[in-house]
Amino acid sequence: MHIMEGFLPPAHALGWSAASLPFVIWGLRSVQRSVQAQPEQRMLLGVSAAFAFLLSALKLPSVTGSCSHPTGVGLGAMLFGPAAMVPIALVVLLFQALLLAHGGLTTLGANLFSMGIVGPLVSYAVFRLARGGGLGRSGAVFLAACLGDLATYLCTSVQLAWAFPDPVGGMAASLLKFGGIFALTQIPLAISEGLLTVLVVNAMARFNAAELQGLPLFARRGVQA
Amino acid sequence: MSRRTLMLLAAVLLITALPLCWVAQPTDAAALAEHFGGADAQAQQAIAQLAPHYQPWFSPVLEPASNEIASLLFALQAALGAGVIGFWLGLSVARERAARQAPPSPPKLPSSATPADRADPTH
Repeated sequence: MHIMEGFLPPAHALGWSAASLPFVIWGLRSVQRSVQAQPEQRMLLGVSAAFAFLLSALKLPSVTGSCSHPTGVGLGAMLFGPAAMVPIALVVLLFQALLLAHGGLTTLGANLFSMGIVGPLVSYAVFRLARGGGLGRSGAVFLAACLGDLATYLCTSVQLAWAFPDPVGGMAASLLKFGGIFALTQIPLAISEGLLTVLVVNAMARFNAAELQGLPLFARRGVQA
Repeated sequence: MSRRTLMLLAAVLLITALPLCWVAQPTDAAALAEHFGGADAQAQQAIAQLAPHYQPWFSPVLEPASNEIASLLFALQAALGAGVIGFWLGLSVARERAARQAPPSPPKLPSSATPADRADPTH
């Protein structure tokens, strides 16, 4: 999902950066607020950040014969809300843009929008809906992490199709092309991310039951409407 | 580790390893060079096809000196994440063990008198 440095026209690069900026401020405030209100949650917040660090460094092979990586941001979005993952994704993307020439500074806004904003928002919404619809914890966690991962890569495909429409078929043809590269490759990886997220949440339920109870979407009394 | 945990881990391992066996190795040299290449690089090629005149207008501030250095940095990133998760799991297991081995907590002592009171036949 990393759009390479310089590979978005200046107008798009600027637009996506402007679109992401308010989310960064919202995210920083949200993290600050939740750490102040519940200092005991710092450990789980650290684990969520570490999970995103770990998973986004793993480039895994896929059935399309190419490699891509999961994002790991769904976990934290379910635990602490989608805003909390914006600054964490920003740190990951900055690390990769500055040291690895993976992604870039001009495309940071666009990449943050897909990995740090769209993915966590989708994971959070899917988790709420699935729990509200009566799905068990593990099923909901799997579905949310899996679909959030896919949403990130769909977002990247849309961003690229918008910037580079096909000269004949327009944006739709271009979307099909980028979707084939990103979204298709991502399907088995998204399943892996879903399973790994279930593993971590299971461990949290066993070792950090009290902390998990203190999180809005994990309280035993089900999900508030 | 529970059986369920092991099965989940095995499933992830299979999903990751199977594509390596399933996807046939291409015969021509050009395709072989891209075999299991990055999706990001493929997108870059697609851009070159869609907009042949597009010139990247900014280049990375720092480029890893070689592929080895790049894999070093990716390994560092993964190690940082895995280290924190390992610390948390180790701490959690030790905490659980300590709680199990600790003597019964003091608040239990006064409450042990209650059943005797209730069993008092003179009541």
